Amino acid sequence: MATLEAGAPLPTQEYVVRREDLVAYAQASGDHNPIHQDEDVARMVGLPGVIAHGMYTMALAARAVATWTDDAEVVELGCKFTAPVVVAAEGGATVVVAGVVKSVADGCATIALEVTCGGEKVLGAPKAVVRVG
Amino acid sequence: MPIDADLVGREFPPTRPFVVTDEEVATFAAATGAGTERVPATFPVVVTFRALLDFLEAERVDLARIVHGEQKFAYERPVVVGDELTATLAVTGVRQIEGTDIVRTSSAITDADGALVCTAGATIIHRGA
Repeated sequence: MATLEAGAPLPTQEYVVRREDLVAYAQASGDHNPIHQDEDVARMVGLPGVIAHGMYTMALAARAVATWTDDAEVVELGCKFTAPVVVAAEGGATVVVAGVVKSVADGCATIALEVTCGGEKVLGAPKAVVRVG
Repeated sequence: MPIDADLVGREFPPTRPFVVTDEEVATFAAATGAGTERVPATFPVVVTFRALLDFLEAERVDLARIVHGEQKFAYERPVVVGDELTATLAVTGVRQIEGTDIVRTSSAITDADGALVCTAGATIIHRGA
């Protein structure tokens, strides 16, 4: 578990996302939106290709937080979905989750995240607040 | 067809109770690479997504034209196996920008006793035809 002190950098996590992961996530979450499965539908609605569920990317951010905090209780989690994670049929996509502890107060640590894919930020202002101590 | 701005303030009927089982949690954790010591933080989306589907059906909106704009969870307590969860979705804002509807929603997730477990705020973006 990383040290949860204000300013502490957290070890960057990398996750590979493949189309089959999106199929599994659709089953697990109940979100069968075809834009996460079907290239033709995705393009028809103006997307660049099959994209990951925003909630899948958010789940990866939460996974990094759980890794950093030894599965601490999450009291708040939020982000904007600012750019799609386009998942190629071959090779998928790599999501990189970085984070830094912004503050520790009142038994809670606030973690500011940076979530990128191909060098581009895909989440806006991703943030988690976890209970510590 | 644009989403009606008159929906602001409307609360939709609660979803049917969803029982959190070991199996559901294990499936969700496996799909997202999470551990199973704790119910994954984004798991409540399983319940709020059902509320969203009900909303889209009521408003005759095609899911394929929806993308997620923003999501926030504020937890009163962790979700645990055995919880019986219900989501009640309310529309808190509707804006139209160049043929795109931006709909803000807030879903209260409550347990079998009616106690609040989590508040989920979601912004969905409806890309018109």
